[in-house]
Amino acid sequence: MAITAVVLTLRRNLFAVVVLSGLYSFLMATVLVALDAVDVAMTEAAVGAGISTVLLLGALHLCKSEESRSTRSPWLPLALASSVGVLLIYGALGLPDFADPNAPIHQHVVPRYLQNEVDVPNVVTAVLASFRGYDTLGETTVVFTAGAGIIALLRRRKSSTEKNRDGK
Amino acid sequence: MIGELFEHFSYLVTVFLMVTGLYIVIARGNLIKKLVGLSIFQTSVYLLYIAPGKLLGGTAPILAPQYGIYSNPLPHVLILTAIVVGVATLALGLALAVRIREAYGTIEEDEITALDNARQDMERDPDR
Amino acid sequence: MENNLVLRVVGKLLIPFILLFAVYVQFHGDFGPGGGFQAGVIFAAGIVFYAIIFGLDQARRIVPDRLVETMLALGVLIYAGVGVAGLFLGGNFLDYFVLDRNPVHGQHRGIFWVEVGVAITVCGVMLKIFYMFASRGQREEDA
Repeated sequence: MAITAVVLTLRRNLFAVVVLSGLYSFLMATVLVALDAVDVAMTEAAVGAGISTVLLLGALHLCKSEESRSTRSPWLPLALASSVGVLLIYGALGLPDFADPNAPIHQHVVPRYLQNEVDVPNVVTAVLASFRGYDTLGETTVVFTAGAGIIALLRRRKSSTEKNRDGK
Repeated sequence: MIGELFEHFSYLVTVFLMVTGLYIVIARGNLIKKLVGLSIFQTSVYLLYIAPGKLLGGTAPILAPQYGIYSNPLPHVLILTAIVVGVATLALGLALAVRIREAYGTIEEDEITALDNARQDMERDPDR
Repeated sequence: MENNLVLRVVGKLLIPFILLFAVYVQFHGDFGPGGGFQAGVIFAAGIVFYAIIFGLDQARRIVPDRLVETMLALGVLIYAGVGVAGLFLGGNFLDYFVLDRNPVHGQHRGIFWVEVGVAITVCGVMLKIFYMFASRGQREEDA
């Protein structure tokens, strides 16, 4: 997966980039299955590899599919990014070990979620729709707003331009 | 030190992906490439959330009598919604890129800046 | 692509199953992996597949723009409506326990309708986005 990401940075042909990002999404979904997040993996495979690839291709169709050679030197961004990386690794060493059952993340509200108060075997669904209902309502509204924004941005008002021409 | 790094391997992968995404966003001028970089950055955050929720010997959080240990369902819920919202915002960004392309004829950041500067000079000149 | 026989046949075979799988994911979400978000995305992906193979106009005839735009708003309304229904029945906003005499059944009912709302909105938004991008490309080709 890391190799895919690196190749992704180096390629300038945007078509290859889009196909590689679809591949990357599938690999990510596999990793998520390995981490027991089946619901998330399903979404990632459908969204990342399916819908967003189609969308990127659609956008590419509307734009030029070749990236021009950058005139700026790549060293400053590289140095900046790698220094951020070193800083983050230093910070990550203070986090709990991988799969540590005593980590704080497993202590707080999760034992109550796993008690299955609402009698729905898939805990993810129960938490999503019931315990964190407000969150999900907000997320749905965000998705709705994004859709409305895209309609506002991309709708071509043929009739209004014609009216303008008539007015002139 | 090496052992400690190995125990934090998931974080290392996360950090690497995040840095790669960050580099693409900063260094590349093409707007669509920037959006792809942004989505890589985003997937690294998914990993950051999901990885600590895993328990060794645990199964997916679907309750059944024969299992006792489950991975943490809470990050799954958060990331599930984040993915869908992520694709919606990605589409919004692409829509903006398409509109920019229609207005300027290019989606390269440098060229857009050059066009903007040229236009500003044009606007300033008649005053002089 | 519209004249490719293999694609057309395989597409015709697969698309019903994709849509059926989306419905399964939606209604089986309580017991296995799945739920509104996934179902909406898979359903939209099935229709996008159809549009790619058989052409955008054909897909638009089956799932018209007006329906998609209605779905966009309807999903959020269903979700919020479940919350308001909880208010009317004497609970808090988004309180599912009051939706049925048996609180556990009330929870089931609440989760079910909320998931339906989520699926409708997500599916509508994805389809709308795809239609917008695709139809824009088509017009540019004509011009």
